[in-house]
Amino acid sequence: MASIEESGDSGHKKGPGVKKAKKLSTRVDMTPMVDLGFLLITFFIFTTTMSTPSTLDLFMPKDTDKDEDQNKAKESGALTIMLGKNNAVYYYEGQLLPDASNFQSTNFSKIRDEIINKRKAVIASHQHDANCEKIWAKNGGDKNSCLDRDFVVVIKPDPDATYKNTVDILDEMTINGVKRFAMVDLFPQELELIQKTEGTFVAPPAAAAPAK
Amino acid sequence: MTPFVDVAFLILSFFMLATKFKPPEPVEITTPNSVSTKALPENDAILVTLDSSGRVFFTMRVEKDQMLKYNVIKNMNDTRSLGLSEAEMKNFVKADAIGVPFSQLKQLLAIPAEDQRNIKQPGIPIKDSASNELFYWIRDAVSAFSGKKINYLVKGDNNAKYPAFKEILNSFKRNDIYKFQLITAVEDVPVGSELYKERAAQEAKGKK
Repeated sequence: MASIEESGDSGHKKGPGVKKAKKLSTRVDMTPMVDLGFLLITFFIFTTTMSTPSTLDLFMPKDTDKDEDQNKAKESGALTIMLGKNNAVYYYEGQLLPDASNFQSTNFSKIRDEIINKRKAVIASHQHDANCEKIWAKNGGDKNSCLDRDFVVVIKPDPDATYKNTVDILDEMTINGVKRFAMVDLFPQELELIQKTEGTFVAPPAAAAPAK
Repeated sequence: MTPFVDVAFLILSFFMLATKFKPPEPVEITTPNSVSTKALPENDAILVTLDSSGRVFFTMRVEKDQMLKYNVIKNMNDTRSLGLSEAEMKNFVKADAIGVPFSQLKQLLAIPAEDQRNIKQPGIPIKDSASNELFYWIRDAVSAFSGKKINYLVKGDNNAKYPAFKEILNSFKRNDIYKFQLITAVEDVPVGSELYKERAAQEAKGKK
């Protein structure tokens, strides 16, 4: 306040020739404010988390030792997918043959076609089951749900598979509408096959193959 | 320049309002993508974090009742005779993620909660069932929540190995918990796939 009055006083130099006070511009220099504004914008852009994370539901079955409690899968409708090192994917249909001739290797971009083909094959070979349709009709569901009833995907990640691979393959189940799938451990025979394919197989001294 | 500045400030206010700060994390995690669109539940959750080198962290997310966390550590202290002081237990309530074996818990909680993030924690042991400490953390946390609906979240890094993930699932399973939610980033549904058709059908239904 005082300083304003003071400056006002000092500005009151009215000479005889000067009739009007010099008109001061009312414009304020906005550059610092704009600078600050942009600084804040950059700050908020960097700190903001635009991608809100989502969650993928995973339901695991209860472990059971009793054989009769295990879920049974029809051999004709089973597809076993194994995940290996460096995003490698291996699969076989039905049971693994003793000579492993149906063991095939592929990758993540091609496994989807395999799942779709297998599902189509299962649907094509589906035999009419009035009982199943009755149950679905009673529950208000679609009777077409019976068509791929026998289709089961068994997922077996090996010790070198990454978490990303695991989530990706679970996601693939959702994408392709696979209703029945299970995540289980590899059999020693399968692990051996994978390691042979990857060239990391070391003949085990005992029955158990080394993990790495 | 004035319209330009106007727009700039509009953007600024948008970001200020829309920003939600990342909750502090013990380690940098890059989550995998999935087509799932289910939103992440914020609170009343037990979060297990798995980083790329296989370290496991345990976090309890509680909104209101901070006594809950205190009860967990108090119970833990009594049953496992960790020898924590009152101040250290209070510190646990403020602490974010725990990633140390029980033997080092006292050491960790002696450090103020804000500084804990700067310390490299070795992770909770999960390797075999005898030394699986995550099991006890989950058990005590579940009993502290007692009857409330809890979400079990697993947040894993892209490069984490499957065996570690399996051990986490086993720790949950030993507590009779079978439903998990894996935290992922959103990804588009591939065009032409089964899910794509399903979602398109749902959308068409919704419009009618």
